[in-house]
Amino acid sequence: MRNLASLLFSLGLAFLLLAIAAQLGFGHTPMVVGSRILADAQSDIGAANIVTAVVFGYRGFDTLGELSILFAAATAAGLVLGHRRAGAPDDPQGGLVLSAGADLLFPLLLLVGIYIVIHGHLTPGGGFQGGVILAAAFFVSVIAKPALRLAHGAISVIEGLAGAAFILIGLWALVGDGSFLKPLLGHGVLGQLVSAGTMPLLSSAVGLKVGSELAGLLAHISESEAREP
Amino acid sequence: MMSLSLEAILYTGAIGLVVIGALGLVLSHHLFRMLLSLAVAEAGGNLLVVLAGYRGGAIAPILGYGAPGTPMVDPIPQALVLTAIVIGVGVQALAVAVLVRVYRAYGTLDLRDLVEHMQGDIAKAAGIPRSTSTHAPGGERPLPPVPALVRHQPRGGRS
Repeated sequence: MRNLASLLFSLGLAFLLLAIAAQLGFGHTPMVVGSRILADAQSDIGAANIVTAVVFGYRGFDTLGELSILFAAATAAGLVLGHRRAGAPDDPQGGLVLSAGADLLFPLLLLVGIYIVIHGHLTPGGGFQGGVILAAAFFVSVIAKPALRLAHGAISVIEGLAGAAFILIGLWALVGDGSFLKPLLGHGVLGQLVSAGTMPLLSSAVGLKVGSELAGLLAHISESEAREP
Repeated sequence: MMSLSLEAILYTGAIGLVVIGALGLVLSHHLFRMLLSLAVAEAGGNLLVVLAGYRGGAIAPILGYGAPGTPMVDPIPQALVLTAIVIGVGVQALAVAVLVRVYRAYGTLDLRDLVEHMQGDIAKAAGIPRSTSTHAPGGERPLPPVPALVRHQPRGGRS
């Protein structure tokens, strides 16, 4: 009975979504806002990557909200998992291949993450994507060597400073130009590393915040004890 | 009719992922499988949003690539999905944290066992005998209480 009901439910869901998708018109959607942004992004913001211009420029305030969701998730996970007992046994160490691979991957992932964060306004990427890669760099090491402990105090400090930097840049724009998170500092030459005003700064702040937050969150989960003592 | 259009394949794939995720959520009895189903459904939803911004023959929305005047895809769905993926990772990590806690407390993630354990705990904390009604369905799955029977068993029902 229950299986039948759920089957009917998912068939209805599929029909509903298909009906909506059929009316959308594939490949030529009416994108009023998108077309405006595509036309104006270069003169408004000056970032070559328009997706980053949308995330940190047009929707900067929403990005702040999303950062706070991530912060709430990380805080709640820390709260739920609690502290680790002092003498709790570690998970077994990974083998030679795993730990050597993690050591090899760590600098590469760090480099790629930093590159993607810093070039967020020029090439595909930005603070969110690069931040996740930075977090992965630390997490790979934690998985391969369960005895390794991340310095959660230092992570919290980096995370707090990065979040404060994002808000301070927004307040600076509020004081200097009258609206929160408005892009400042001129546009520069399109496609240069130092261009698009405060975009690279915001992107770096978000990259550091997302990276430290996710690294701390995932390390917290892997450090937690699965069984009650 | 033998060759499917690109449109049909992409939309069917995205909607199929959403439906598989929803079915997994409803049908599975294991909390971790439910979380995986949620992740699959989320991937389908993200794919649907990105598809909504697709334009035929358009390039990625990055200035300075391709000939000037080439149409670009809509950047807004991409920006939305970009943050949605990262937020999704955060939310899934929080869910895993809750699951670790549940497993630590009860030693199982199977919903049917969990309901049994929790009902026992609730009855113990409240100091009342466990409600075992003669009208309770004897089936394998936790069936919802039948409305006509609820009247006769005021303390019955399931958590």
